[in-house]
Amino acid sequence: MAVQPIRKPTRLEPWQDPAQTPYVRIEKVTKAFGDFVAVDDVSLSIYRGEFFALLGGSGSGKTTLLRMLAGFETPTEGKIYIDGVDMAGIPPYERPVNMMFQSYALFPHMSVEQNVAFGLRQDGVPKGEIRERVAEMLDLVQLGRFAKRKPHQLSGGQRQRVALARSLVKRPKLLLLDEPLGALDKRLREQTQFELVNLQEKLGVTFIVVTHDQEEAMTMSSRIAVMNHGVIAQVGTPTEIYEYPQSRFVAEFIGSVNMFEGRVVEDEADHVLIRSEEAGCNLYIDHGVSGPEGATVAVAVRPEKIALSKEPPPGADGRNMARGIVREIAYLGDVSIYLVELNTGKTVRVTAPNLTRRTEMPITWDDSVYLTWQPFANVVLTQ
Amino acid sequence: MKRLGFLAWALWFGYAFLYVPIALLVVYSFNESRLVTVWGGFSTKWYAELFNNDQLLSAAGLSLQVAAMTATASVVLGTIAGLALARFGRFRGRTLFGGMITAPLVMPEVITGLSLLLLFVALEQLTGWPDGRGITTITIAHTTFTMAYVAVIVQSRLVSMDESLEEAAMDLGARPAKVFFVITLPLIAPAIVSGWLLAFTLSLDDVVVASFVSGPGSTTLPMVIFSSVKFGISPQINALATLMMLVVSTGIFIASLVMARQHRQKQRDEQMAVQETVPRPLR
Repeated sequence: MAVQPIRKPTRLEPWQDPAQTPYVRIEKVTKAFGDFVAVDDVSLSIYRGEFFALLGGSGSGKTTLLRMLAGFETPTEGKIYIDGVDMAGIPPYERPVNMMFQSYALFPHMSVEQNVAFGLRQDGVPKGEIRERVAEMLDLVQLGRFAKRKPHQLSGGQRQRVALARSLVKRPKLLLLDEPLGALDKRLREQTQFELVNLQEKLGVTFIVVTHDQEEAMTMSSRIAVMNHGVIAQVGTPTEIYEYPQSRFVAEFIGSVNMFEGRVVEDEADHVLIRSEEAGCNLYIDHGVSGPEGATVAVAVRPEKIALSKEPPPGADGRNMARGIVREIAYLGDVSIYLVELNTGKTVRVTAPNLTRRTEMPITWDDSVYLTWQPFANVVLTQ
Repeated sequence: MKRLGFLAWALWFGYAFLYVPIALLVVYSFNESRLVTVWGGFSTKWYAELFNNDQLLSAAGLSLQVAAMTATASVVLGTIAGLALARFGRFRGRTLFGGMITAPLVMPEVITGLSLLLLFVALEQLTGWPDGRGITTITIAHTTFTMAYVAVIVQSRLVSMDESLEEAAMDLGARPAKVFFVITLPLIAPAIVSGWLLAFTLSLDDVVVASFVSGPGSTTLPMVIFSSVKFGISPQINALATLMMLVVSTGIFIASLVMARQHRQKQRDEQMAVQETVPRPLR
């Protein structure tokens, strides 16, 4: 169900380029509140112009990490460098960073215009220039005609834009966004995702976004750090995270996944064979896995990579093939979700696009079906 | 039906319990007779006499002056205390500080008054200040217990206020002192105003503490009333009380009118904001 990344490859991937120096460097940062460790020995490098997402559930430490970048929390251990400067002891009002708050934190006693101008006024920018830059910023977020309004006179979506304008008007090199779309309804959220990406590309600002919504992270970001219990579980592009999860947690957190436990019976340089009682078949993978023969591993298969058919597909050799009975069908319009109970008792989730009209649906409840998938669909998780 | 009858009865009894004494007081302020409890016909002569009674008027003036100074001082101190409790996290001795702030709320007034009197006497012997007791000592004494109320009001307002507003201001480059004056203060202004009014009322009302720490020539209005009761109350007091009630209820009436208007305005604004986001149907 997860949306594939839609970002255009507009730039090189700076994290692949050893000549690049990271813009934000987080080195072995730990933050403890009493006995509770919110962020545990996290190291990260984020490059100029990136749209970087910190993704995790509540209590994963993503917001604490963001607040340390903004200067509202001090790391218990470790260092944070922004543009090569050690941020230790630098208060929030002297950092080259701006933040957009989850609650938007618009000043209720000031008009939209005054809210946006607030940051510039603190820097002593001349009045004329403030007026120009505020007007320009409000035009950019299409709120020019609301300049004189107070925040409570705006809708949720408009408030979100004011918050964005206010955090961007000082032209920060780095913008921190805490659940920027969390308070919007679904439709507005999808539309705003694209606007945010376009704005970020247009202004060339480095964005670090905290979100709990995996779809949001996948759509917008250049790279994602998946966090769990204060630790970074995996860092990678949306494709890497989705297609090559390194751990069970990441595989299950991003999208839905079927897990088969199995034992490695053959481990060659060009292929691996895993015997899985749960799947009721051998799982064949067309590349080597560095793991001891006989080891127990988990194999993840995404629901959309599994094909359903009533007859065994031609050329099937029994590997990567399971049999079962359709127990549930959920029709979502574009796709349908099938819950198939295998002969081994395990329930497998399969999503298939609805290429034909529903009335001509070839597979229905209680049909006996074959589930097949390609060797590349198997992802071996050793952790 | 029976239940409704009982509720209505309870309601009217409650109203009567609260307001009949006040109504009686107002009625008897227009009494011709010198005896407060005997009706002798309608007259406004006590109002005329009241305005010629210098002792009573100067006591009222002193009370108002003390109340205004007390309210102002306790708003400053109470706000600082409330800020420390709500915003400075878990500093060392916070629990003790919180307890000590609220202690004057439950302390018997007799003890507060007596201990302050002892303090002022000791201070005068040691340093020569305060030179006798009077308006200064009453104001200081009133401030000690009224600031506790202000601190509690300000603290609860700060706790319910979104802290990210202050963080956002800091993030945009405002230093902590600036954040306080430009963001925090305007937002807690309603709490400060109600704290001021409460402190004013408490000070105006107090007779116990004031009797301990006042000196000759500095008699507050409640003290005058209280002592005059011993010699038989004069209807002038009724007249004075009626006037004070008139002022207070006018103030409350205007305040609630303004608040109701603001509330309606806010609702209209929110309505407008919502309507604008709904796309117009195509024709």
